Amino acid sequence: MEDDAPVIYGLEFQARALTPQTAETDAIRFLVGTQSLKYDNQIHVIDFDDENNIINKNVLLHQAGEIWHISASPSDKGVLATCYNKTADSKVVTCAAVWRMPLELEPGGQDSPEDAASPAHALELLCHLEPAARGSTACVAWEPAGDGKRVISLADNHILLWDLQESSSQAMLASSASLEGKGQLKFTTGRWSPHHNCSQVATANDTAIRGWDTRTMSQIYCIESAHGQLVRDLDFNPNKQYYLASCGDDCKVKFWDTRNVAEPVKTLEEHSHWVWNVRYNHSHDQLVLTGSSDSRVILSNMVSISSEPFGHLVDDDDLSDQEERRLEEKSQEPPQDSVIATYEEHEDSVYAVDWSSADPWLFASLSYDGRLVINRVPRALKYHILLTRRLRCPIWRRR
Amino acid sequence: MAAAAAAPGPGSGPGDSPEGPEAEGPERRRKAHGMLKLYYGLSEGEAAGRPSGPDPLDPTDLNGAHFDPEVYLDKLRRECPLAQLMDSETDMVRQIRALDSDMQTLVYENYNKFISATDTIRKMKNDFRKMEDEMDRLATNMAVITDFSARISATLQDPHERITKLAGVHALLRKLQILFELPSRLTKCVELGAYGQAVRYQGRARAVLQQYQHLPSFRAIQDDCQVITARLAQQLRQRFREGGSGAPEQAECVELLLALGEPAEELCEEFLAHARGRLEEELRSLEAELGPSPLAPDVLEFTDHGGSGFVGGLCQVAAAYQELFAAQGPAGAEKLAAFARELGSRYFALVERRLAQEQGSGDNSLLVRALDRFHRRLRAPGALLAAAGLAEAATEIVERVARERLGHHLQGLQAAFLGSLTDVRQALAAPRIAGKEGPGLAELLANVASSILSHIKASLASVHLFTAKEVSFSNKPYFRGEFCSQGVRESLIVGFIRSMCQTAQSFCDSPGEKGGATPPALLLLLSRLCLDYETATISYILTLTDEQFLVQDQSPVTPVSTLCAEARETARRLLTHYVKVQGLVISQMLRKSVETRDWLSTLEPRNVRAVMKRVVEDTTAIDVQVGLLYEEGVRKAQSSDSSKRTFSVYSSSRQQGRYAPSYTPSAPMDTNLLSNIQKLFSERIDVFSPVEFNKVSVLTGIIKISLKTLLECVRLRTFGRFGLQQVQVDCHFLQLYLWRFVADEELVHLLLDEVVASAALRCPDPVPMEPSVVEVICERG
Repeated sequence: MEDDAPVIYGLEFQARALTPQTAETDAIRFLVGTQSLKYDNQIHVIDFDDENNIINKNVLLHQAGEIWHISASPSDKGVLATCYNKTADSKVVTCAAVWRMPLELEPGGQDSPEDAASPAHALELLCHLEPAARGSTACVAWEPAGDGKRVISLADNHILLWDLQESSSQAMLASSASLEGKGQLKFTTGRWSPHHNCSQVATANDTAIRGWDTRTMSQIYCIESAHGQLVRDLDFNPNKQYYLASCGDDCKVKFWDTRNVAEPVKTLEEHSHWVWNVRYNHSHDQLVLTGSSDSRVILSNMVSISSEPFGHLVDDDDLSDQEERRLEEKSQEPPQDSVIATYEEHEDSVYAVDWSSADPWLFASLSYDGRLVINRVPRALKYHILLTRRLRCPIWRRR
Repeated sequence: MAAAAAAPGPGSGPGDSPEGPEAEGPERRRKAHGMLKLYYGLSEGEAAGRPSGPDPLDPTDLNGAHFDPEVYLDKLRRECPLAQLMDSETDMVRQIRALDSDMQTLVYENYNKFISATDTIRKMKNDFRKMEDEMDRLATNMAVITDFSARISATLQDPHERITKLAGVHALLRKLQILFELPSRLTKCVELGAYGQAVRYQGRARAVLQQYQHLPSFRAIQDDCQVITARLAQQLRQRFREGGSGAPEQAECVELLLALGEPAEELCEEFLAHARGRLEEELRSLEAELGPSPLAPDVLEFTDHGGSGFVGGLCQVAAAYQELFAAQGPAGAEKLAAFARELGSRYFALVERRLAQEQGSGDNSLLVRALDRFHRRLRAPGALLAAAGLAEAATEIVERVARERLGHHLQGLQAAFLGSLTDVRQALAAPRIAGKEGPGLAELLANVASSILSHIKASLASVHLFTAKEVSFSNKPYFRGEFCSQGVRESLIVGFIRSMCQTAQSFCDSPGEKGGATPPALLLLLSRLCLDYETATISYILTLTDEQFLVQDQSPVTPVSTLCAEARETARRLLTHYVKVQGLVISQMLRKSVETRDWLSTLEPRNVRAVMKRVVEDTTAIDVQVGLLYEEGVRKAQSSDSSKRTFSVYSSSRQQGRYAPSYTPSAPMDTNLLSNIQKLFSERIDVFSPVEFNKVSVLTGIIKISLKTLLECVRLRTFGRFGLQQVQVDCHFLQLYLWRFVADEELVHLLLDEVVASAALRCPDPVPMEPSVVEVICERG
């Protein structure tokens, strides 16, 4: 199917940072940050035209340094935060800052991508997220459902909650907490839970995953040795409030119920090297995307632990439903957790994958050599999910 | 000629006829016919109708009926010459003479016969007359005899009737006499204790008394008898209840009571109640043996006691009951069956308790003997009381015990396996005394394998006792079929092999923090063990089992191939896990070395970093370790001959070619392009790929994991110029030493090249070191 063929876009530089433009719900737009030590770094704003299968790009200059992490504001399309490396005095420091994109770009894709002659626009700095005690900021996370005013940044062993004021031009440190312990503890990544009124944040350091309450900045749970080796990424199930996915250097993807952290609910071991990224689909949480340094992207169907009804959940229906159900059961086997597809378009390690915020069936992956690949969920599966959902809804209501 | 033909003599034969004999045959026959017809006066017309043959009316035919001598003579005279006439005449004379003499003889003979017949008839006439007279006399005599006999019988009729009547009266009187004497006799018998006699008397008289009870005198006798009988019954019951006397006497009492017409229902209840009392005593004594006292007899003795005491008693009771109450019909049999069932189940409960105590012990032979006795003893009552199902229950118990023994052995085997693993762990953990090497891995492996095998054999041998020929239950269908196939083969042997695989796999499943407790050498050893099982041991063990327990059951059994596949899978997982664990160890070393160093402000490299030497050392150690258990494996042909020197030259020239363009700052795309082009020609490297069972594959896996880690770590750092050069030196050093461990040295090149390329990318000021300098440093260090 021509329509399902992946769309590939090449950047000139190495790149690790990828995010969808979270506030944008109409256009399919991804932001990619480059890593180059010798040249000015860029943020590529990549618009994907779904109908024509065309990519439009805009390049923004990010002169502060090479970008390690990027995240877009959930409320303001023009605002984003980056973590970047500054090399000064033969020292490398990772800083974080909030930026605004130039206005004329916001409508998206007006500039023709071929217009290389036009000078690239630069980002407008809004504010630095500089902790008092200088440390390397690993990650910035926006409050998912808020008005784009609250941001968490993770610097070394500190977790810092910022309040952005005056249209994000000032960052006030609202509260912070530190991880104490033997040795040099260092947060690697963090994720803000969309549940519980956005009061929970999960962080990873080394092999442990910790949950924090942002109101008190205190730890609420801790999964020691969540992975055999370093934990690389986390994601919350958007529909099931206690479910958390994690991945790490032991090549595994684990799914946790944060109420009972003794054992993972489920473990996947499909990758043959470190898994750098795990992402739940925003609407259909059985679709889980993982990217790994074995240069593969894997889309899995985790039906058994998704919020969608599955298997015997509809068992106790009254008699009138039974025939219907039998028909249904005949037509389809009870779904199993399975790998839907393995995408092998990349030739280098894939450090970032993410779903589009506008189209739930579309995702992008970014490998180190600067190759961005946009893929879709296989059409058959998409229809299957849509159909079963429609079939099942009336049954719920009757109950 | 014609005359000759007409001549009757046989002389005028057919030979004269000019036509052959064929033509003449019918001719003659017709002639004979003609003569017969003539004789019987058949119509001449008919005969005349014949055209051929001599005419019977021919007057010239000598034998014809119408012969006319005159015509004949005339004809002769007219037709024949003289000589022929003369001949005819002589011939005729001769014939006449012969005929005359014949006639005379015949007449004479017939006359003689006639005369003798006449004589005979005359004699017969005389004899018959005499006989008639005698018959008449006999008839008169018979009449006289009949007359006499009638008279005699008439005379004797009367006395005969009288005699018959008298005899009847006599018998009646005798009976009456017995009746009258009955009360006193009964009393005497009761006093003497001859209960049997009394009962017999009573039984004989009862019917008569019953019949004539309307007569006052008989009534009196009957009443007397009843009183005495009641007393008798009383005494009998008394004796019965006292019960001290043995079962046979009781049986006798019951028999007498039955004869006295006591209600059978009640009696059999009572009988069973007594029997119960006795049997319960047996059970109590058995229970006492069971008791908490430490001096409980061994299981053999216990089953002996039970067999002789309880089962024997039960047999007696059952036999007596069936004899006595056979008239009771199915209801009685049912009662007995219920009785036996109840007591039997209590007995079984006791036996099972005893057997359960035996469960822990390892001695099968005693247990089997005890079970054999137990089972054997229960066969007698089983046959007697088929309805009570005792034999079946006993068989069931034996089966259950057998099953439990199997479970026990399985546990024992598992424990032995775990034990030997602990031994291995200890041997591995034991500090090596300098100069004295501990047991090598191969030796440990052999120890483990042989100890497991001997345990399995011991278990098989002791379980085999259950199916020995002389054991009474060994021919039960369970022991012939299910026990062998499902029990021994499936649950014991197959179950053990499976659990062994599972135990081994559990070492892989435990995640990092727990898996760290498992020494990698143990993983390696287990993997080899499982592989050995797959190749040989499993089929050996199963063949052994099948031979010892001739499996007749048709139920499906796990095929050898399935087990082998499981073992192979286990071996593969263990080996893969080993690779991961070892790879992780080296990875951690490399990662730490990259992460903790300040690459920006590092000094110009003078040496290979120590950690790289350590990596090479560790890899060599792993190589030796794996080499102890696994074969070498296949390398790509190119590396087998390539010496270190040619390799290093090749690689350094390659490096130069590769890096040169990337350092020209004008083309940032080139590095990407180059590495992409290069990747086009190389296969994708699966870092954690399944391992094959050989040394090279294992080491390739470990090295792949380590180098990939190095690559990823390098990409996360930023390097100064000297940092890059240090990486260059380190990678070259690794290249020098690692190529010989892997299957495809190209792989090491690729990974290391990528490490250096990545480091160059992560360096703001990439100035590579001269390859010659790199070589010098490496060779020095």
